[in-house]
Amino acid sequence: MTRAGRVVLLVLGLGGLLALLAIAAADLPAFGSVHSAYAAFARHAAYADRHAANSVAAVVFDVRGLDTMIEEFILFAAATATALLLRSTREEDAERAEDHGEGDALKLFGIGGVGAVVVLGLYVVAHGYVSPGGGFQGGVVLATAAALVFLAGTYRAFRRVTPQSLLEGAESLGVLAWPALGVGTLASGSAFLANVLPPGSIGSLASAGTIPLLNAATGLAVASAFTLIGVEFLEELFAERARGEEGRS
Amino acid sequence: MHALVPLPVAVPLAVAAVLGAVGRFLPRQVVDAAAILAAAAVTGVSATLVVGTADRPLHVFFGGWRPHGGLVPGIAFDVDPLSAALATLAGALTVAALVFAWHYFEEALPLFHILVLLFLAGMVGFALSDDLFNLFVFFQLMGIPAFALTGYRVDEPGPLQGALAFGILNTIAGSLLVLAISLVYGRTGALNLVDAGAALAGRPPDLLVTAAFGLVVSAFLVKAGVVPFHFWLADAYSAAPAPVCVLLSGVMSDLGIHAIARVHSSAFAGTFAHREAEVRAILVALGVAGALITAVMSFLQADLKRMLAFLTASHAGIFLAAVALFSPAALAGEVVWVVGDGLAKGSLFLCVGFLLHELQDGDELRLHGRGRRLPVAAAIFVVGAAAVSLLPPFGPFLGFALVGDAAGALGLGWVPALLALAAAVSGAAVLRAAGRVFLGLGDRDDPLLSQQPQHAEREEPEDDVRRPRVALAAAGALLALALGLALVPGLPRHAVAAAAQAQDRHALVEAVLHGVPEPPASAPPQHVGVAAYAEGLATTAAALLLALVGLYRRRLPRLVRVVAGRVAGPPLAALRAAHSGVLGDYVAWLAFGSGLVLGLFAALVR
Amino acid sequence: MSVYPYVIGIVVFGLGLGGIAVSRHLVHAIVCLNVAQTGTYVLLLAVGWRRHGTAPILGGVPKGSHQVDPVVQALTLTDIVVGITVSGLLLALAIQVHRRRGTMDPDELRALRG
Repeated sequence: MTRAGRVVLLVLGLGGLLALLAIAAADLPAFGSVHSAYAAFARHAAYADRHAANSVAAVVFDVRGLDTMIEEFILFAAATATALLLRSTREEDAERAEDHGEGDALKLFGIGGVGAVVVLGLYVVAHGYVSPGGGFQGGVVLATAAALVFLAGTYRAFRRVTPQSLLEGAESLGVLAWPALGVGTLASGSAFLANVLPPGSIGSLASAGTIPLLNAATGLAVASAFTLIGVEFLEELFAERARGEEGRS
Repeated sequence: MHALVPLPVAVPLAVAAVLGAVGRFLPRQVVDAAAILAAAAVTGVSATLVVGTADRPLHVFFGGWRPHGGLVPGIAFDVDPLSAALATLAGALTVAALVFAWHYFEEALPLFHILVLLFLAGMVGFALSDDLFNLFVFFQLMGIPAFALTGYRVDEPGPLQGALAFGILNTIAGSLLVLAISLVYGRTGALNLVDAGAALAGRPPDLLVTAAFGLVVSAFLVKAGVVPFHFWLADAYSAAPAPVCVLLSGVMSDLGIHAIARVHSSAFAGTFAHREAEVRAILVALGVAGALITAVMSFLQADLKRMLAFLTASHAGIFLAAVALFSPAALAGEVVWVVGDGLAKGSLFLCVGFLLHELQDGDELRLHGRGRRLPVAAAIFVVGAAAVSLLPPFGPFLGFALVGDAAGALGLGWVPALLALAAAVSGAAVLRAAGRVFLGLGDRDDPLLSQQPQHAEREEPEDDVRRPRVALAAAGALLALALGLALVPGLPRHAVAAAAQAQDRHALVEAVLHGVPEPPASAPPQHVGVAAYAEGLATTAAALLLALVGLYRRRLPRLVRVVAGRVAGPPLAALRAAHSGVLGDYVAWLAFGSGLVLGLFAALVR
Repeated sequence: MSVYPYVIGIVVFGLGLGGIAVSRHLVHAIVCLNVAQTGTYVLLLAVGWRRHGTAPILGGVPKGSHQVDPVVQALTLTDIVVGITVSGLLLALAIQVHRRRGTMDPDELRALRG
């Protein structure tokens, strides 16, 4: 198809689609006035039943826990798939690239920054069900800490703090916690992924039953998975650099 | 029995997670065995669920969040014999694919097995879920390992192109689904299909409801590969390794159609009650058109995997038309057809994988006559082709017979005739290929057929004589199951009973929202009439005839050839040109297709 | 005005979709895919907003106030993670395309056709 033909097809299709969707959206309740019994139920379940101050965390890790479990495994699949798609004999390639790190200002920032970011990440993960935050958000912050090591240091330093087996083990542990808990509650007579631990006192870290466990597992899995994906891409970058240098010399 | 339901999802996930941590350090055989055992467990548990839900479906609420005052806060699985049968099919095909992959994929271990297990979990969950957002999540879990596995051979141009098209188009489909979820949730405040259906059923549909359904249909038709959402499928399935194709073609595509059926019957059938004829007309038209167009494309291919890819897309159109008849017999027939067809397509793809490995090529023309010394492969290939061409008494034929009955009862007898035609044309392509490859019939070249760059699925050659036999044994086993399926006593009756229960919205609402158990399933005995046998045989005969025409096209009278060339030439050329391989074109077609689907629904269903 | 936020989400989705269709660079196409997904998040979150609503957490927010819908927030959170993972994978594919085919123009990937 010519480019012109494609644009015609696109304009016809998108035009119709967007127009119809916009008119359909006009049939929605006015912005700000959608009353959802589901939302009220979720908030009540979070605060009154599970004593989780952050109702979003209660929905993510309890009421709709199965969605989150599957989504953890999607992340796991992505990390595995990235490794599969970028595979080749790169390990040796990457080691040979020039790797001298960045300037002193960045190094200084990194040294101070990495510690602070790790603490922030752990805090966000730990308090995920008490205040805004949670396993995902905190996990990504922790992965950023690893990225900071690379930015402020050298590629080799980064690889030293991110050993493949440790990351893979941590990621597997984080995702395995979900079906393990599910089968456990199933075996003990409750439903799969039922929240069987005591709810504790709302607003404190000791609350919300199994939510803190799943939250922590998620934080672990997300941090490891994103770091692994980062490792894959960086390895590819340095292998490319090495190949470029060899091409020149 | 309730406790069994989460297991077909949880077990492959758990095994995949363990393999992720320790798979690299385990010997090859242990990884293979673990994966095959997990897939076998899924198959076994799902088969148990098929039998265990024969009386009434199982509604399982995850996290223990039971329905409460007419609201379903938790995520529910709705397990009935039909959806459990699809889950069993997924498990069985995964076992076959993993057996085939034994020793065939030395590198990238255990990543391949991990992704296959995650793919399996995604398919099972997608088949069983009763929650709209949960369907989206499982849709993604199915898609991501799938398109990564499609790109397995990163060193060849085809897989990269196929994987990109697959990934991008399926992700856009996911976005369409999220838009639909926003609309449905905004209107009903519910994500559970039965809950939403109860909320929608009170009033006639307005644009919001029809737009939401149109989006859901478009999204799932991308997955299924029905025209004009099918372009990615041809590229992806011809590029993916053969064992992956077994899964993609054998069950993943058809799950898209199943999801449309389920979403319609649980959530939209109530509000569409007085517009059923219009909805049926749109979906049947899409299905029949798609089936015929992709069947013709299938006939124009020389690359065996691409041919089977278009065959898969064609059958997806057939299945869409079948479920769109909206009667229990049609749904039952469609599921039986899907299962039998999935097994047959799986065995065909395994044969092609075998040919690729033994003869280093997968192109019908280049393989001319080279299969003469492979009688077992030839037999399986020919029988598989006949099975998909509706040869009695295989599974596909049985499904077709039930669908034909349903269509006849609605006065739509022309629909099964067209579906049979589509099956004949695509089946003819495969029979023609069989004749050329295994018997050396026909010419060595044919400009009518599109060829693709040569690719082989070479792995480190091992002098292991058992391997080819294992591959063919797996293919033969699948085909035997396709035959055995149809011989199960009382299968049609039980299938129709299960379908009637699945479509009984009032009973579903009572069961899910208020915990009132459904009345036990029952249906009168179903007889496959002589007429159906005749139709099935006629379809197979037509396929054989078309195959011969394909092989000996040049021996037809000159006048016939010239006229055919003048009449069919330009449309075929345009059709072929549309399949340009260019990602931007495919996305434009998707935009056009979804605009068209929404437009049709908006215009006719009000 | 009360339909405006919904329409914004739909328009952003459309822009992203259109961008992919006419894209000349794979990374641009993948970013457009992200844009399209963001449009869907906007619609989803807009459906969950409550007039004068505050964050759906207990403690630290004014008592007795309305709270917005936590369910759509949870859905969006899940959705974002899925979207990121897909982008990562597609970028890995793009890297391979660049390495093996020496181009980043999707229009030039025509190995399979017809």
